[in-house]
Amino acid sequence: MAAYKPVVVQACPKLGEKITQDTLYWRGYKTPVQIKEFGAVNKIDFSPVPPYNYAVTASSRVHIYGRYSQEPIRTFSRFWHAAYCATYRDDGRLLAAGSEDSRICLFDVSGKAPLRQFEGHTKPVHLVGFLSDKYRIFSGGDDYSSKLWDIPSATEIISYSEHTDYVRCGCASKVNADVFITGSYDHTVKLFDARTKSSVMTIEHGHPVESVLLFPSGGLLVSAGGRYVKVWDVLKGGQLLVSLKNHHKTVTCLCLNSSGQRLLSGSLDRHVKIYSTTSYKVVHSFNYATSILSLALSPEDETIVVGMTNGVLNVKHRKPEEKNENSQKKRQPAYRTYVKGRTYMPKQEDFCVSKPVKRVLRKYDKLLRSFQSSKALDAVLEPPIMLHTPEVTVAVMQELHRRGTLRSALAGRDEKQVNLLLTFVARRVIEPRFTPVLVTVADMITDIYQPVVGQSEIVDKQFLKLQQAIGKEIDYQEELLEVLGMMDTLFATFTKKRDACLEENKSNGVTELIEASRNY
Amino acid sequence: RRSPRGLRLPRGGRAARAGVTAFPPCRYLLYASGDFVKVHSVNTEETLRLLCGHADLVTGIQLNPQNHMQLYSSSLDGTIKLWDFMDGIPIKTFTVGSRLLALYTLAGAEDSVFVVIPKKGERDTFQLVSVKLTKGAGQDLESKELSVVLDGVGASTKQTAFGREGSYVVSVKDVNLQVYFFKRKLLNRFSLSTAKTKGDNRFSCVVCHPTEDCIATGHADGKIRLWRNFHSKKAYTYSALHWHHDIVMDLAYSMEGTRLLSGGVESVLVQWHNESSCQKDFLPRLGSPIECISMSSDGALCCTLHTDNRITIINSNLRFSRSIQGLIKSRDVKTGLVVDPRTKALVLNGEPGHLQFYSLQSDQQLFSLDIVQRQYIHQAGLKQSDLVKVAFSARGTWLATVEESEEVTDPELQLKLWFYSEETQSFALNTRINTPHDNHITDMCFRDMDELGDDSLILVTTGRDCVFKVWVMVEDSNPEAHQSVSWSCDFVGSYHNYQATNCCFSEDGSLLAVSFEETVTVWDSLTWDLKCTFCHPPGNIRKICFGRLTCSKYLIGATDYGFLCCWNLLTCALEWSAHLNVVVLQPDPISEHIAAVSWLSKESSLFVFKPSEPRPVYIQRNLCKEKILLAAFVPRDEPETISSEKYLWLRKSQLFFLTDTQELMTLSTKSLEERLTPSSQQLAVEESLPVTPFSVLLGKHRRQQAQEDIDLGKPVIHNKQEQASPAVKELLHTPAHVLPSASFLCTIFINSLLISKENKSAEEVADEVEMESEKAEDESDEEDVTAMEQEDTSHMELLGEMTCKLSKSQEKELRKIRKMDYSWISAF
Repeated sequence: MAAYKPVVVQACPKLGEKITQDTLYWRGYKTPVQIKEFGAVNKIDFSPVPPYNYAVTASSRVHIYGRYSQEPIRTFSRFWHAAYCATYRDDGRLLAAGSEDSRICLFDVSGKAPLRQFEGHTKPVHLVGFLSDKYRIFSGGDDYSSKLWDIPSATEIISYSEHTDYVRCGCASKVNADVFITGSYDHTVKLFDARTKSSVMTIEHGHPVESVLLFPSGGLLVSAGGRYVKVWDVLKGGQLLVSLKNHHKTVTCLCLNSSGQRLLSGSLDRHVKIYSTTSYKVVHSFNYATSILSLALSPEDETIVVGMTNGVLNVKHRKPEEKNENSQKKRQPAYRTYVKGRTYMPKQEDFCVSKPVKRVLRKYDKLLRSFQSSKALDAVLEPPIMLHTPEVTVAVMQELHRRGTLRSALAGRDEKQVNLLLTFVARRVIEPRFTPVLVTVADMITDIYQPVVGQSEIVDKQFLKLQQAIGKEIDYQEELLEVLGMMDTLFATFTKKRDACLEENKSNGVTELIEASRNY
Repeated sequence: RRSPRGLRLPRGGRAARAGVTAFPPCRYLLYASGDFVKVHSVNTEETLRLLCGHADLVTGIQLNPQNHMQLYSSSLDGTIKLWDFMDGIPIKTFTVGSRLLALYTLAGAEDSVFVVIPKKGERDTFQLVSVKLTKGAGQDLESKELSVVLDGVGASTKQTAFGREGSYVVSVKDVNLQVYFFKRKLLNRFSLSTAKTKGDNRFSCVVCHPTEDCIATGHADGKIRLWRNFHSKKAYTYSALHWHHDIVMDLAYSMEGTRLLSGGVESVLVQWHNESSCQKDFLPRLGSPIECISMSSDGALCCTLHTDNRITIINSNLRFSRSIQGLIKSRDVKTGLVVDPRTKALVLNGEPGHLQFYSLQSDQQLFSLDIVQRQYIHQAGLKQSDLVKVAFSARGTWLATVEESEEVTDPELQLKLWFYSEETQSFALNTRINTPHDNHITDMCFRDMDELGDDSLILVTTGRDCVFKVWVMVEDSNPEAHQSVSWSCDFVGSYHNYQATNCCFSEDGSLLAVSFEETVTVWDSLTWDLKCTFCHPPGNIRKICFGRLTCSKYLIGATDYGFLCCWNLLTCALEWSAHLNVVVLQPDPISEHIAAVSWLSKESSLFVFKPSEPRPVYIQRNLCKEKILLAAFVPRDEPETISSEKYLWLRKSQLFFLTDTQELMTLSTKSLEERLTPSSQQLAVEESLPVTPFSVLLGKHRRQQAQEDIDLGKPVIHNKQEQASPAVKELLHTPAHVLPSASFLCTIFINSLLISKENKSAEEVADEVEMESEKAEDESDEEDVTAMEQEDTSHMELLGEMTCKLSKSQEKELRKIRKMDYSWISAF
């Protein structure tokens, strides 16, 4: 004897992007805040210490924004020309920035005037950074050189001029206080050790390098340039691990998330792509209005700040974690009710009676089980089911049709219910997965309610809507068929060509064979 | 000795009012099944005894009211037998003479029983007669002492019932009810008016209250009427109970008469408590329409017999207890006979929407897999969706099923792929594809490639929408998805917009043959390029299959116009063809043999052949009278030792047939005597051998054939072989250290293998078979003589009807050609 089998609801796989944990995580940001800057935003840097202010370098100013403020809380505007690459020190108290007039300025975050000025470059300085010992600054300029400066004395320690083009990006190792990396437009990335006179390692990226990044462990290096993002193993002497080509314009900026599990890259093609650092596959991507120049992610991924070529700063804050207050309100049964009787171990002579498993049936299933067709249809025409899970409604309609009781279930309804039914049918009949069932339903409704057409304005309107929807769909299908026909002709020409090729090959094979036999 | 070999596996059903005995309390369930009466243990569901001895359908069984260890049974062969069912021994046989349609016993009437027999001289009229059972010493007795009790009764057991303490008998037919009171010798007739009511209010069954004067009748419109006060013709009353929406198939009263059980096509058992208050209980979803209801004599159990060959035992508190089922009979076996590679069980349609796995060894259903997964509504006129195609992958890890609704124009198609999970030991749904084809799916097959594993699995479906589709497994790239593989369409092929009818993969999986109406197309399974086409007009291709093992270069096809063709795939030419109306073409999966069943002039014949040899290995004409619809080779667990050379092809596998009357048959290699050795005491077949022979029916014919064989001197070969074998046997069984040197043994061994001059070569024997068949043809004017002929002469030889028309000289010439030595061909 079989139990009642519930109605099978056809699950339809959702087309397009699959929802993964990553999508959910990266979608968890609020709508962005747009801040207009004076010029293209070339660098954004987060302070490593709370409250995680961030410095935005745009035009001749460096603005410091607080976490939620849309107005800069501090501005450094003592630059004569454009400022570049304002970077925080590890303790978040000093800020260094290069400028168009080839000077490097060092600011106290609370002060206004520069504490130190480093002069020595002959061309604009696009790269400034602190080494991890906090007392030295490295810089790279358009004069092809990269220099190392001592902060207390404001003097140049060493200068490397190994690059053959502008030095535009770089970063310092967090593990070793002497190691820093520069990337240049001469297509190379060079690794320097402050203790030696020349570079330690040179990596050929293949395109002008726009951004470099070292993993926190210092073992992996990421370089971006052209359309490529490349990952290198530094410890293996600069071996290429993986080359990613997911953007279709130059990649301008790179950034790691707080856990180091995801790598973000921004590009002139207006996209930010997020890669998993284990599989190096794109797990998510963001879309922006204009080309992206700079990108930064706050600690704990609280904020994503993106700077663009048109001077717009796009700030996204993470939504606060939703707390389920409802569940807390609802008083759970005490623990002892769960464990009651469960801890009892049956003895050998005990006779165990298993409790039958109670099956929970949906309301419409209960009604279908007792052959109440009309009520079952009513149950699935309730708005929550009809709107959110139309497949359930359609499945029940199909089941009723299978039982031969659909007509009687549809009949005998008042204006409101007919209106509801027709709204549903008109809206869903064009969905391919529902079409076969809903066409029958529409047929039956028109059959049944034909005599009363014209008595109710609302119902008439719905009938017209249904007609429109079907007419539109027919037009659309016709168009599709036309396209298909065109494509068929195209394909037909392709296949002919291929056949010809094959025949040539075959004849070649035959002649070869003949030749071979002749040789014998 | 060569007695063939039809063997009918008994299928239950057709049980006439099954009786549950209560002595000792509720231990046995007896029911009539075909020509047998089966004794089941209620507790263990085992078949304890099989009472066989009737030569025709058993129509009624009743316990002997005087001795509850004994059983009366009646049969269409005109005999009543008294059995000791505990030991399975027939005690007495009473020959009545005419066909017996139903049997009743009464506690009061000690030496007589009541039977329903057809009235002499009139068709479709039956009478209830009482038979006086003669007392005598012998086992076989004649009882011709008949006295008519009632005239014009219904033929079915259900349409007559005996009332309280046997004081009256009631019988219904059409709209008439008649009651006969034995003591008063009074006959009362009542009839329902047909004009007043809308529905069809004919009687379908009748039962009597065990303690009161009350009759319950079931009607075709679903009503149950309770008749009282029927002693008088005028003052009778009846009340109606109505729940069933269709015919009431059977009724039964409980022991005390407090409850009335009824059942019908709804497959719901209804229990009526109190007739006035209409209080009722239900036991729904019993699986299939209820045909009979029977109460045990102590009232503790009740059993229902269903149309699909199943018995359900139900507790008195209306709780399902257990069910006894063999091969479930479905309305139509659309799936064909498929063998599950894992369990070697036969797989076919079971309950509606289910797939049954039937173990041939134990005659039991292993399990039933719910494919359609929908509530089945038992109602006439509904378009149910049912399973139509089944295919297993070579290792049985994947199962593909196709279900469609019964609508002709727009079938609701679903292709489902099931994966066998080792943990749960059952098939789990992996992929469901809605409308895989726009029209009915005609065939489906997996590419069987054992060595490459599951990665190379390919499924091909052919449809009436003129395409065939190739489905492949795709791995889900997302590692977080809960299932790693699913199936999707890879290639759609078509040929000149013809309907695709059959598909088949070659043994190595490199080629796919798809038949499109008249044409067979061969495709490369790697690139899906069309390689070549074969055609044998006129007539559509009905079946195709590839040869196996050494014959893998051949493709066999059978056409509508009665041709069996064999094409060579290397030369792309027709190798041979034969005139044979093939309905079933079944290749043996583990040998080269192919079985073809032909259907001609109301009998089925079996031909077993190798594609490489135009002469059949085995011919069995007149296999059975019914049309054979399906066949399957089931691999044997261990190769059987077969003495006769003729049955060597059955060594590794067994051939099963399903006829259009849904009887499952097999070919047995053993002779009738061997199979029936223990039958001397008529204890007959034991539990382990639930198969009694088909040959009871056909034995006569076989013996005749066997005689012919002996005349032809065939046994000589067998004898020689038997003589030769001891030498080899000795050689093999003697311990190695006592054997003489190998060089010494070599000559003996080789000599033992040589065929002496008196024996004929294999080819000659084949000739012999053919000549024999010709002889038979001459004698009996059979029309279906068919033989496969090598097609190397310019004209194709057609035996059969054509041969009869040939003149003597032509015939001679033909024979000459046949006798010619073609062995030189094999050199090529």
